[in-house]
Amino acid sequence: MPDFLAQDREWSAAMRAALAGDATAYQRLLTELAPFLRKICLKACARAGLQASDVEDAVQETLLAIHLKRHTWDPEQALTPWLAAIARNKMIDAARRRGRRAETDIADFEDVLAAPADGEAIEREMERQGALRLLDQLSVKQREAIEAVSIRGESLRDAAKTLGVSEGALRVSVHRGLKALAELYRRMNG
Amino acid sequence: MVEDETMKTEDLIAALAADNDTKSAPMSRTFALDLGLGFLVSSLFFFVFLGLRPTFFSSLDEPRFLFKFLFSLTLAVTGLVLAWRLSRPGVDPGLARRAVFLAPVLVIVASLVEMAVVPSSQWEARMIGHNAVHCLTLIPFMSLAPLAGLFLALRHGAPSDPHRAGAAAALASAGLAAFLYAANCPDDSPFFVAVWYMIATSIVVALGWFAGGRLLRW
Repeated sequence: MPDFLAQDREWSAAMRAALAGDATAYQRLLTELAPFLRKICLKACARAGLQASDVEDAVQETLLAIHLKRHTWDPEQALTPWLAAIARNKMIDAARRRGRRAETDIADFEDVLAAPADGEAIEREMERQGALRLLDQLSVKQREAIEAVSIRGESLRDAAKTLGVSEGALRVSVHRGLKALAELYRRMNG
Repeated sequence: MVEDETMKTEDLIAALAADNDTKSAPMSRTFALDLGLGFLVSSLFFFVFLGLRPTFFSSLDEPRFLFKFLFSLTLAVTGLVLAWRLSRPGVDPGLARRAVFLAPVLVIVASLVEMAVVPSSQWEARMIGHNAVHCLTLIPFMSLAPLAGLFLALRHGAPSDPHRAGAAAALASAGLAAFLYAANCPDDSPFFVAVWYMIATSIVVALGWFAGGRLLRW
């Protein structure tokens, strides 16, 4: 499948740029990956009998894992198998943790998968539901740091000025906050 | 900014991009450092409390004595290669999965040779040896520090199969511990290795399997 290969080459190149320090390429890559991961998570959630509302959680958890484990990708290898393995791992965990909820709306999933035109609207809806509730479980410092650079979209330098901390300290808070978020996800409903 | 208290996926992505400059140590360095430290701790324990056996240097030309090191090193290397390959998502361990049977095959072959060259009346004595209890306690004990090091390295990685990764790390650690112990142990027959070294290794591998399931999830 040449399409798949071309896409993987593009993603791998973006990831290499990101690892070399290009944050813009990184943000663009993750934004492109989100729908791809959403598709994987949607199918996996349907198979595991998880609810539609779990899908966006799984996407976010997978994105966090991709971020925190990106040093485990070998730049000589294709990116997609690595991505898929991380997504699979997160989905297995999610299924195990939350337990199989039988009798869920698998039919809804099938509709989604069968009708890509509708898919977008449902994805938007899921994204709305998937708002990250876990943020308020972080320490105040970490939450403020992450909110500043994410929801308010400030640069590290601006956010540091607003919060009255050094850029280095803010960087550490953001990183620790993301690690803590990943940990909260792991324990969610566990 | 309608819902100030919530974060959507695109917001999360912005936060991840802002964190792009925070780099993690490369896997190879973590493996080398953590395993190296663990092995150093076990080596210190060995030289302080056990030491080389008195006949160590005079035994260096005996094939049976040398075989113990070949066997232990094979365990260590095959276990380490498998643990390394299992430490990253989406990597097919390939041949490394089957390579872990190399050491057991070696000791079986060596035992067959021993059967051919040693009269059967001596088999039992050689198998029981002098220090089976030492072997069964010291190999697992000395494998704990390298195992802890490898577990730290694996936690830095992202093993898709925590049980197998833990068992592979345990195999490597047991091999390193056996390598140290072999220099002290007075029993050199492949029979002894086939029974007691293998049981000691199995204990560690079982420990690694269970501990991996608990500690290597991410």
